[in-house]
Amino acid sequence: MSLKIKVGMASCGLAAGARDVYQAIQKYLENSKLEADLASTACIGMCFAEPLVEIIDADNNSLTYGDIQPQEVETILNDYLEGKIHKDKVILSNIMEGSENENLKNQTRIVLRNCGRIDPESLQDYLENDGYKALEKALKEMERTQIIQEIKDSGLRGRGGAGFPTGLKWQFAYDTPGPKKYFICNADEGDPGAFMDRSVLEGDPHSIIEGMTIGAYAIGADEGYIYCRAEYPLAIKHLQKAIKDAKEAGYLGKNILGTDFNFNLHIKQGAGAFVCGEETALMASIEGERGMPRIRPPFPAQSGLWGKPTNINNVETLANVAWIILNGAQKYNKYGTEKSKGTKVFALAGKIKNSGLIEVPMGMPLKDVIYKVGGGMKTEKPFKGVQLGGPSGGCVPAELLDTIVDYDSITKTGAIMGSGGMVVMDEATCMVDVAKFFLNFTQNESCGKCTFCRVGTKRMLEILTRITEGKGTMEDLETLEELSENISQGSLCGLGQTAPNPVLTTLKYFREEYIAHIKDKRCPAGVCTALLKYEITPEKCVGCTACARVCPVEAISGEVKKPHKIDQDKCIKCGSCYDACKFDAITKS
Amino acid sequence: MYEKFIKKYAPTKDNLIYILHEIQDNHPQQYVSEEAVQEVSEYLKVSPAHIYGVLTFYTMFSTKPRGKNIIRLCESPPCFLRGSEQILKKLKESLDVKIGETTKDGLFTLELCACLGVCGNAPVMMINEDVYGDLTEKKVEKIINDIKGRQE
Ligand SMILES: Cc1cc2nc3c(=O)[nH]c(=O)nc-3n(C[C@H](O)[C@H](O)[C@H](O)COP(=O)(O)O)c2cc1C
Ligand code: SF4
Ligand code: FES
Repeated sequence: MSLKIKVGMASCGLAAGARDVYQAIQKYLENSKLEADLASTACIGMCFAEPLVEIIDADNNSLTYGDIQPQEVETILNDYLEGKIHKDKVILSNIMEGSENENLKNQTRIVLRNCGRIDPESLQDYLENDGYKALEKALKEMERTQIIQEIKDSGLRGRGGAGFPTGLKWQFAYDTPGPKKYFICNADEGDPGAFMDRSVLEGDPHSIIEGMTIGAYAIGADEGYIYCRAEYPLAIKHLQKAIKDAKEAGYLGKNILGTDFNFNLHIKQGAGAFVCGEETALMASIEGERGMPRIRPPFPAQSGLWGKPTNINNVETLANVAWIILNGAQKYNKYGTEKSKGTKVFALAGKIKNSGLIEVPMGMPLKDVIYKVGGGMKTEKPFKGVQLGGPSGGCVPAELLDTIVDYDSITKTGAIMGSGGMVVMDEATCMVDVAKFFLNFTQNESCGKCTFCRVGTKRMLEILTRITEGKGTMEDLETLEELSENISQGSLCGLGQTAPNPVLTTLKYFREEYIAHIKDKRCPAGVCTALLKYEITPEKCVGCTACARVCPVEAISGEVKKPHKIDQDKCIKCGSCYDACKFDAITKS
Repeated sequence: MYEKFIKKYAPTKDNLIYILHEIQDNHPQQYVSEEAVQEVSEYLKVSPAHIYGVLTFYTMFSTKPRGKNIIRLCESPPCFLRGSEQILKKLKESLDVKIGETTKDGLFTLELCACLGVCGNAPVMMINEDVYGDLTEKKVEKIINDIKGRQE
């Protein structure tokens, strides 16, 4: 078979309609003289251009088409047969300049090395790309302490949020004696705006299994769990297949690769509770309890799942492991900054052009991440801020775009690296509103165990709501800061401790916007409905009555062919008149 | 009557969440009934109170009957920034329900949920296990109609 066609069938591809495209290609191949191998792959990170179709010929010349609709398949493939290429549709290629070639060139792919390239359901594909070579090396050529040392030397830090050195964590679990230990993969990714873990689970499940098996061997665990959120059914499906295949091929289960090492791996599903991503809550959830965090110490390394020594790592952390073992710590820690080694995957979302996943060396300035790799803003409106680290993180303003992406530099701004979500906002975004939305998320997800987290966030939310309705006072700002302090101090787990961050950072960098809402009863971004004022410009109004007819509360009066007027007391700011006016006579301020 | 779903799993407490998922997914009204709780309680030897504690803790479980298809629209900030509010309005209109309600024909229940991890294609919703992204009002209309068509 000389030609290969791959369709991106991860959740992002499917969400954009990849299944129909796949079927259209299948049908085309049945009825045409084009002979090709049709396969599915996962996500290469260019979610904004899904559905994606890649055509690779016998000489390995590759063309990736973006934004493909099922009805375009026939023309594109017919033309391809005749040697005609739809250049405007090609976004990536190794034989011509695609619009996203630059995007990929600026990346360094370790975690995402296989994503969007291999068929995630094929063990063979994984093996052909150095799969399970690291496991073989670890089991047959390395001492357990040597493996741990290698991970320590690499400088790898946990990608689940806290950035704890992975090698050290393994050392703790290794040092705790005990015949029974567990190794857990945290795949509960729930930060709004983060989707790197989903992409790796869907696109390269064997890399997680390999990372876990190496880790389990190193610390002396013979049983493991992958705790995956139930919102990721495709990830679970790919994991199930991968575990089965790995077991059959001797990479999992009993006597792995002919050694006396055994490792049994199970999948556990969540059921929609963000707080279960917290490690102690996660273990409670695996045990069949409500997922409530508990006080640490004891840490999982001493007393974890069912009271046994347990190591828990995030998906992205684990995806680095096999690469490090195979290529060596020195090659890994060449990337990054002094205290943040290697690469980091970022999820770009919000008002950015290239929304999707990218992987860059730590230490790249934020502005390069957003403008060089991320393609800049999606709309004409200028950049205003970027939320780093989801609801536990903070908002970084334009003047701090020179900040480099590593743990310490980001923390200095008041945000956190977190899981690596970047939600980009433009001038049309109201910062008070956004802070309110993030806080609403944490308030909803609070497990309710700690009073400050449960009640304090609710109070903060009430105040923010008041401000967006124009009913806030200047004292409210002080109360917000006071409450933030109390919540951070008085909460047991990271959820409560970090919940005030979005409010604190917006208060720090966008205080004048809060003040405009309070003092001038004005929302500078024109978002907060309660503060909007609709008015008719008499010079432009021709008296067509269109507005008066759509107003649901009859707030608009006037005679035909004469300028109309809005009764501000009656107006409910629904904006119907604004949409109905064909003469631009209604202003929104 | 839930035996065949329950017995798929060993009678240990850590299988509780799996069993509850299984029961709910296989119920035409997508919920866990009182009888089901009773049966699970006997099988796992845990109290119904514990099971209710778990059921109410996790947002994906329902103890009330719902529609055949559960629509879960993401309300998290990245989707909000890309117009999820407009999509919600459209869904409410075309289904003629409020949030949390089921359509009269029992086909759909409309729910809001937190980030579905497909933010690169915001706004996003999930219907049962399928994800739909880059939503527009027109797309929503088509998706709903397609599902309706498939039921007949
Ligand atoms: C509220 C809350 C939610 C969390 N969610 C996740 C998550 O979804 N995935 C994750 O890997 N870590 C999450 N964490 C961090 C974990 O507790 C833990 O630190 C992490 O899994 C350790 O892995 P790492 O060292 O590889 O980063 C969360 C923490 C808190 C407080
Ligand atoms: S801080 Fe909040 S989420 Fe964490 S344990 Fe306390 S109440 Fe629960
Ligand atoms: S915010 Fe909606 S899918 Fe992530």
